[in-house]
Amino acid sequence: MSAAVLPTRKDEAWRYAAVEALRGVDLDDWRFLDVAAGESLRDCIVIEDRPGAPEGTVLHRLRVNVGEGGRCELFAVLAAELYARIEVEVTLGRGAHFTFGGVTVGGRDTVREFVTRVIHAEPEATSSQVVRSVHWGQGTGNFLGTIEVARHAQKTDAAQSFKGLLLEKGASVNAVPQLEIFADDVKCAHGATVGQLDEAARFYMAARGLSPEAARRLLVRAFIGDAFVALDDEAARERLMRAALDKLDRHL
Amino acid sequence: MLQITDLHAEIAGKPILKGLSLTVNAGEVHAIMGPNGAGKSTLSYVLGGRPGYEVTGGSVSFEGQDLLEMEPHERAAAGLFLGFQYPVEIPGVSNVQFLREALNSQRKLRGHEPLSGGEFLKLATEKAALLKLDMDMLKRHVNVGFSGGEKKRAEMVQMGILDPKLAILDETDSGLDIDALRVVGEGINAIMRAPDKAVLLITHYQRLLEYVRPDYVHILSGGRIVKTGGPELALALEREGYDAVMAA
Repeated sequence: MSAAVLPTRKDEAWRYAAVEALRGVDLDDWRFLDVAAGESLRDCIVIEDRPGAPEGTVLHRLRVNVGEGGRCELFAVLAAELYARIEVEVTLGRGAHFTFGGVTVGGRDTVREFVTRVIHAEPEATSSQVVRSVHWGQGTGNFLGTIEVARHAQKTDAAQSFKGLLLEKGASVNAVPQLEIFADDVKCAHGATVGQLDEAARFYMAARGLSPEAARRLLVRAFIGDAFVALDDEAARERLMRAALDKLDRHL
Repeated sequence: MLQITDLHAEIAGKPILKGLSLTVNAGEVHAIMGPNGAGKSTLSYVLGGRPGYEVTGGSVSFEGQDLLEMEPHERAAAGLFLGFQYPVEIPGVSNVQFLREALNSQRKLRGHEPLSGGEFLKLATEKAALLKLDMDMLKRHVNVGFSGGEKKRAEMVQMGILDPKLAILDETDSGLDIDALRVVGEGINAIMRAPDKAVLLITHYQRLLEYVRPDYVHILSGGRIVKTGGPELALALEREGYDAVMAA
């Protein structure tokens, strides 16, 4: 059943969302994943253009429980739809691990975003999140990442990294890191930067014979590659990279 | 091969080159020397087509083509190689990947088939050995974590792989110790000393010219070539300094 009231941008988790594009979308459609103690789970999500299908809104909402010593790895590319959003809420047991690698790409007036909430509920859990956003036109990429560390979750090690690359004036990215830490013996690192393509590198590459498009592709490839470094499946990694880079090649 | 006629250029509205003329024929090595701020690096960037360097007058023809009308990557494909005073670091992009794409882009513009991965590695291994650069360095990201000398040797490996007609080397000798200077000098000779190739060496010092013997030495000052001579001019500069030689 659809939620009666749509979220508004006053809700922190929907601050940069295209909330008007949510009409008719089932907001209660959460997917639940349970990773049992000592088990591992890996999932890759690719939102890309489907030939002939109309563009609209795609929303993935995911709740994951990772038991003691378990591992969950999620990798995602958001490269299509007017509004695409992946929300992940992860609760980590003792010594559990969560890896998230996400890439958003897009132009025109599209909005693509990741919203994560990582709950370190027990001691000694680790989490690592890397998001890279590449936008042009009036496109927007967002990463809203909350890390919660429970009072007794000592020895938590959590890291979050966001980098945005704006290829044209008018594009934007937003990063909202939120750390709620109630334990005292923890490591929580986060960083966020926004920039443009390195002009010196572009000229250097041109001087060696690379066309502007080829240079850009190599630089963007290097930039988004960070998000999938932790994925040790070469074929899966290539598939994700290609989904992101093809979008760039077709639309810019 | 290269004909520069009355070239004027400026950066952010400030004139740097003020009527520079220079002709380089195939088979020749020219050295350009000059005091700081004379316009040496500007000349190399203008010839390479760097954005921000605006040509306000004059002409440059390269192999009969209007060089100034070409995009930077088209100049490279036409056979121009620019050796950077400060080679740029490109994190996340390996030398091998970068150079293979660069070479194949050039070949494509010239209407040649691309080299396969195997063919490219063979070529790269050969040129790295010539410059005594460990092949492992070429697997690393472009210039990232390289010492000053390694960057310059890597530049010469790039030149060997890309096999240009004209090399413009902007202070390739800076940051090199004596052994590296000899390796780089011999590399330049091996790669570029040929009847159908030419070199424009931009340098502050005479020492590189002991290994790469120039046919002509020019003094660039105030945005123009003010004096031209043979190798003896570089020796006189080393001995007496710019002020004395230019006044003579």
